[in-house]
Amino acid sequence: MFFRLCKHTVINLALIAGLVSANVQADEFTKADTDRWQQQFMDSVKQGRELWTSPTLGGNGVVCAQCHPNAANTHPETYPKFQKQIGRVVPLWEMINWCLRNPLEGQPLAADDPKLIALQAYVTYERRGVKLEPGKH
Amino acid sequence: MHPINNSRRNFIKNSGALALGATLPLSLVELAFADSSQNFSFAYISDAHIQQIKGSRFVRNWDRGLIRAVAETNLLTPKPDFVMFGGDLAQLGSKPELDHGAEIMSALGQKVRYVMGEHDYYLDLGEYWEKLFGPQFYSFEHKGVHFIVLNSIRTYDEWTFHRWPSNEQRMLEMAGLDNPNSSPFMVGEEQRKWLKSDLDKVAKTTPIVVFSHSPLQKIYKGWNFWTEDAEQIQALLKPFNKVSVIYGHVHQIQYNQIGNISFNSVMSTAWPWPYPTAYAQAEQYLPKLTVPMNRADPFFERDATGWQLINLADGHVDLDYTLYNNTERSVAFNAKTKRPEDKAYQAETSRIPPQSHY
Repeated sequence: MFFRLCKHTVINLALIAGLVSANVQADEFTKADTDRWQQQFMDSVKQGRELWTSPTLGGNGVVCAQCHPNAANTHPETYPKFQKQIGRVVPLWEMINWCLRNPLEGQPLAADDPKLIALQAYVTYERRGVKLEPGKH
Repeated sequence: MHPINNSRRNFIKNSGALALGATLPLSLVELAFADSSQNFSFAYISDAHIQQIKGSRFVRNWDRGLIRAVAETNLLTPKPDFVMFGGDLAQLGSKPELDHGAEIMSALGQKVRYVMGEHDYYLDLGEYWEKLFGPQFYSFEHKGVHFIVLNSIRTYDEWTFHRWPSNEQRMLEMAGLDNPNSSPFMVGEEQRKWLKSDLDKVAKTTPIVVFSHSPLQKIYKGWNFWTEDAEQIQALLKPFNKVSVIYGHVHQIQYNQIGNISFNSVMSTAWPWPYPTAYAQAEQYLPKLTVPMNRADPFFERDATGWQLINLADGHVDLDYTLYNNTERSVAFNAKTKRPEDKAYQAETSRIPPQSHY
């Protein structure tokens, strides 16, 4: 009986030890990791730039870049902010959808649509280095 | 209410003239200079970017901008002497776009002269445009002023003739303002030679007005707010007493003074562009003199677009900007400071929050 219990415990400990060794330290990552994560982000930026200049994103061939070259005058660093025309505080993606519906005469995207995320990645990347000023007009 | 001395709308709305009576700002077209016979006005419409969707469908927003400019120009009383169109009538230079734009422009009662824009040019290098509107560069005289029209949006031959698999591809590459594959604008050797010989025949005291699509000064290369051989053109214009350059392309208010040359930009009827200062990654040289237009409110689709009435007063140009959905602006040559200045907002203390761009 005792023998059997002991054996069981040893096996359980071994299992736990095995799990720990397979799982690297949670708070440690390598240069290779950050490079890969940066690359994932830059892939989204690249997709966003393609959408920014794509005549098929909206419904009339107008592209975002026609009014916003290099995503200028989109001010991602100021969102969320109050938009008087919408009458409440909105995040950036709601303004992107407003543009899709109006000047681009197209359909809005779901908040978690990878395309809408890519558009925000691109816009924010073009504004890199500018300090955050949420709410600013 | 708009301040009366600043109001183009009151001026053009004939129906309101009786009610306004003696306060009608007629001074906007007949400025009080010594020799009033030298004073005249012309209208300037630019950057319509008529864009075909498919077949007979065009982007409504851009159509409306040009239709409105034409309609308002036709309401001017007294009539301007002529109308200029500053380039980029089309978006992608196609026959349907140029035809559709020309049809809207045909409602104008006055003689219209055209400047070539890159959106008109890079599909067929201006071949169809020439059939509709005439030569790509030329000069003419009007009431003692020598006017010159340049095609300032040409570029290096290698880019134009040897880089792209098709004309359509070439047009698309140049149509993207922020496209890194595009190429710097230039007037080029052929037109510089022509300009020199044209100017040789003109007295140095004759006022010169040059129309170009791109600025004949260097502001921001990344968006072609730029002309590669700007200094060479400026050098050719240097010997003249009074020189003004009026350009489109930038879809915003800009003005500057370089030596004897005054520079003024005109608005687009289609959409506004950000000032290069608003692009955080850009090295740019927006003239310090410029008081920017108001930041556009996208919820008014015509905001920060418009057209201009230009007065030739004593050989210098004064621009009255008719800005749909916004207060008019007036930028005039100040004879004392010898540079163009905004009549209402030039002093730092006079500026308003929408004029700050970031």
